[in-house]
Amino acid sequence: MCPLCGWDVLVSYLICGTLHSVDQYLNIKLTDISVTDPEKYPHMLSVKNCFIRGSVVRYVQLPADEVDTQLLQDAARKEALQQKQ
Amino acid sequence: MTIQHNTGTLPSQEKHLVLLRDGRTLIGFLRSIDQFANLVFHQTVERIHVGKKFGDIPRGIFIVRGENVVLLGEIDMDKPCDTVLQQVSIEEILEEQRLQQQAKQETEKAKVTALKDRGLSIPKADNLDEY
Repeated sequence: MCPLCGWDVLVSYLICGTLHSVDQYLNIKLTDISVTDPEKYPHMLSVKNCFIRGSVVRYVQLPADEVDTQLLQDAARKEALQQKQ
Repeated sequence: MTIQHNTGTLPSQEKHLVLLRDGRTLIGFLRSIDQFANLVFHQTVERIHVGKKFGDIPRGIFIVRGENVVLLGEIDMDKPCDTVLQQVSIEEILEEQRLQQQAKQETEKAKVTALKDRGLSIPKADNLDEY
C-alpha cells in the first residue's frame, strides 16, 4: 500500500506498533501496539490494533536503519529549491 | 486481523475503545464510523482510571464528533487485561478522580507561586486537551 507499511513506528512517544496503513489525512492504523508507559496509560492493556486520527499526531518515529538519509536529504533539498522558485 | 477499512456500518462483535481529546475513555460497540472519524457507540461505558483503580459509568448511546477523537482501538477479548487493574464502584472512582484533580491543582498552584517569586510566569494553557 505504502512503502512504510510493516515498519515499527513510535507515535508521539506514547504508542509503538507496526504500521498497517496510512490515508490521505495521515490517519494511522497500527497493529500489535504497546504503550511506552503502561502505568500512566492503563487504558490500552487489552487493545491490539488501533486507529489514530492524523490531526492529533505530533511525531512519528521511524526505524533509523530503514531510512536512506542521503536520499531523504537530497529530496528535501530539491523540494526546498522548488518551493523557493 | 479485523481492522475495518470501510466507513459506514460495521459488524460489531468486538468492543471498541476510544480516547478523546479531553482525556476521557469510552468503551462500547462501535456502530458506525465515517471519513471524519465521527463515531456512533452503543452500550457505551465511560471508564475512569485513577492509579491502579478504574470505574465504569454506563452512558447509553454516544455520538462522538471526529475532531475530538485521539485514538480508536479494538478491545481484544483474548488478551489478559484485568491483571493489574482493580474495578471499583462509581462513587469511589469519582472520589479518587476528584482527589487526583485537587492534587494536580495544588502542585500547579505551588509551581506558579514559585515561579512568580522568581519573577517568571508561564502562560496558562487555554485548551482543555489532554493529548
